Amino acid sequence: MTALLDIRNVSKSFGGVVANKDVSLAVPAGGIVGVIGPNGSGKTTLFNSIVGYHPIGSGSIRFCGREISGLRVPEIARLGLIRTFQQTRIYRNMTAMRNMLISDRLRHDGLRAAFAKVPPQQATRAETLLDFVGLHERRDLLAGELSFGQQKLLELAMALMNQPTMLLLDEPTAGVNPTLINGLVDRLRQVNLEFGITLLIIEHNMRVIMELAQHIYCLAHGELLASGPPSLIQTDRRVVDAYLGAG
Amino acid sequence: MKRRGRRAALYTALAAAAIVAPWLFPSYATQFAFLCLMVVFAVTWDMVGGQMGYNSFGNILFFGIGAYACAVVQRDSGFGYAPGFAVGVAVGACAGTLAAAVLGPGILALRGHYFAIGTLGLGVAAADIAAGWHYIGAGSGMTTPLFPGAIQDRAKFFYFLLLALAVVTFVTSRRLYQGRFGLVLNAIRDDEGKAEAMGLRTTGYKTMAWCVAAFFLSISGAVAGNLVGYIDPRDFAFAGSTYGVWMILMAIVGGRGTVWGPVIGAFVFHITQEVFWTYLLGWQRVAMGLFILVVVVYFPSGIVGSLRTRAPRPGGTEREVLPERAVVDPTRRQ
Amino acid sequence: MMGNLMLLLDAPGLNLQLLVDGVLVGAIFALVAYGMALVWGVMNLINVAQGELVLLGGYVVFFGTKAGIAPLVAIPVAAAIVATIGWALYRVVIYRVVERDPFSSILATFGLSIVIQQLANQLFGADVRTVESGLGSLLVAHGMLTVARVKLLAFVSAILLGSLLVWFMRATRLGQAIRATAQNSRAARTLGVNTDRVYAATFAINGAICGAAGGLVAMTWMVHPYAGLGYTVRSFMIVVVAGLGSLGGVALAGAGLGIAENYAGFLFGAEYQTAFVFSLLVVILVTRNLWLKRQRRYLR
Repeated sequence: MTALLDIRNVSKSFGGVVANKDVSLAVPAGGIVGVIGPNGSGKTTLFNSIVGYHPIGSGSIRFCGREISGLRVPEIARLGLIRTFQQTRIYRNMTAMRNMLISDRLRHDGLRAAFAKVPPQQATRAETLLDFVGLHERRDLLAGELSFGQQKLLELAMALMNQPTMLLLDEPTAGVNPTLINGLVDRLRQVNLEFGITLLIIEHNMRVIMELAQHIYCLAHGELLASGPPSLIQTDRRVVDAYLGAG
Repeated sequence: MKRRGRRAALYTALAAAAIVAPWLFPSYATQFAFLCLMVVFAVTWDMVGGQMGYNSFGNILFFGIGAYACAVVQRDSGFGYAPGFAVGVAVGACAGTLAAAVLGPGILALRGHYFAIGTLGLGVAAADIAAGWHYIGAGSGMTTPLFPGAIQDRAKFFYFLLLALAVVTFVTSRRLYQGRFGLVLNAIRDDEGKAEAMGLRTTGYKTMAWCVAAFFLSISGAVAGNLVGYIDPRDFAFAGSTYGVWMILMAIVGGRGTVWGPVIGAFVFHITQEVFWTYLLGWQRVAMGLFILVVVVYFPSGIVGSLRTRAPRPGGTEREVLPERAVVDPTRRQ
Repeated sequence: MMGNLMLLLDAPGLNLQLLVDGVLVGAIFALVAYGMALVWGVMNLINVAQGELVLLGGYVVFFGTKAGIAPLVAIPVAAAIVATIGWALYRVVIYRVVERDPFSSILATFGLSIVIQQLANQLFGADVRTVESGLGSLLVAHGMLTVARVKLLAFVSAILLGSLLVWFMRATRLGQAIRATAQNSRAARTLGVNTDRVYAATFAINGAICGAAGGLVAMTWMVHPYAGLGYTVRSFMIVVVAGLGSLGGVALAGAGLGIAENYAGFLFGAEYQTAFVFSLLVVILVTRNLWLKRQRRYLR
């Protein structure tokens, strides 16, 4: 198994506060990996480091064998590493459909493509993906008028529209109606199997992450506490203590 | 189909009115020319301010650059009026676009307060530099060569020139908004960070948008300089507290980020402005300031914007407000 | 320009002169900037009409001294009058835009600045006005250095006013309420602070600062209906460099700007002095922004 995303000894601190210390983590191509940990354990900081939101203090982040820790956000995104946000971010004053169209990946982002009209096959793909997340009927609504859960689904569809190699999902089920969660888990599995997209997921819902992930890393106080398959993590004393201690 | 027919009829009527206007009201031809100039102002401002959300207070910079560049070519090239003017317009367009391309990456990296004040400073700096630079006449400005034809032909000539420019500006911008360019501008307006996270080259697109606006603005500056005949650095070319704010105001009055809003805004504003100038004798500038305040405070979404929220219509990608329940229409699937 | 540069290199006294003048003038800039930082920090609003408030203060002192009032009496009067104007502006216009997007508030205050400037033009005329202080100049170090007494007075007054403000913010109840609102307006509201009243007071205090500074401007320099934007931009620049809420930083940045401006005026000629101020604004904004961007990328 070769690692698609290979994080080695990454540390990051803000001022004097250490957010990540010596974190190492590997995501195999085609896999689903979960990151868990109590609030404030540095999960989102790690995500931000991966996608280039801020420079890391030390360590290395390799994606497809290429060092990406010096690159900036759009450059990393163009390599095929797309993230979603914990506080869902969509283009509020555009329709769901236009949100999808603008999210298409541009391999030829030249002047001509910029001034050209949107090709019809792109619109078809956007509709298919909207259908996939169950938002097809709402495609002409302003994204800002959708419910929070629907916005989350839209954000996922937008990420898929970008045809990424790998998706970083920051709490995909938070705020989603519990009755929808099973469907969402199915969709994510489909994304992984049928679309062939590698997933790295931060999740607070233990049931979801245990069901989805093949491998789980647990962070606490910015450090890697434990890692292993879900069955082992579930019974790991340190993990249980970390959650109880933080709670 | 019926709607399309009605629309075609409307456009034909508008075009006919625009063409016969200077013959029907010959004494107003210059006013009509200025109206077209205002349309160019509003539409180009809205491209960056309304569609992209970068509220520039300094777009007047490109207008002034176009006016001065054209006048310099006309003065120094030694050509006759027509070729000198043509070359001048072309040089003015290039100079303005180039300025936007050079300044864009740095200036458009600023956001919010900083972008607004930064662009404001840019416009005033240009005015002060022009007012001190002797090559372009310093504080006493520049005069453009005299139009060779008769005086009534002169007004008509510039009217049709500016009308053509306004139409081309409007059609181009509309065409751009329908494609990927428009999508990117709106995405930047709504959430630039998200656009970056999705891999969009935001800096490139922002600069491009500013260049497009600058291109049309600098042409309008070159033409308007010849229409007025005298280029004053502070009161004409880089007139931040008149033309500079008017651009913004017209876009707001009509409705920011809408296709027709800036055009409607330009009409409404220009008429208001003419009324002020005719009847208020010296107090018109005070009235103009008050007008800005009233619009910003009480009427920020503009004519088209408030019509839309009052009567939302279903529609395609251009109109973005829809009734509560969207109905799937199989014919709309491509 | 080269000639002037050589002159500077040859005559150390001239440098000293430019430096001292710069620091003295910079104190007035810093005072106005402190008012802007106050409004910015508390109300999250950039007052583009800041310079016009300064000019109003200048006009009050000009007409006051013309009517026979001593300048030192006229300045507090100007502060009081402009404070009232500031309060009224808040009650009529500003309160409607204070919690809206930055663009609305900038455009609204820009509109306000046009109204004030054009009113001044209509009512007081477009002439350049100066208050004759009749204080003369001090000769220091055997005539190497000339210091206009009025600039010295302005400098001392600016420092006194600044200290008074610091005391006011620390010691009075209103000052504390203002500081609390600046920290977190919502929390302040839940704790029973009437933020609307705090905003009004803040804008009035800013008016007082501008009014007093305007009086000093009229005495050391001149007032003119269209000179306002320059003071707004200077204040903005100073606040951008110094950050919000540090009076020391504001004072330093003000002195720096005063010195830079004096040198620029000497080197490029007085006709380019305002052009220099506005260009400097653009350069400072862009370079500071690029620097931050780089930092995000390369900071280890």
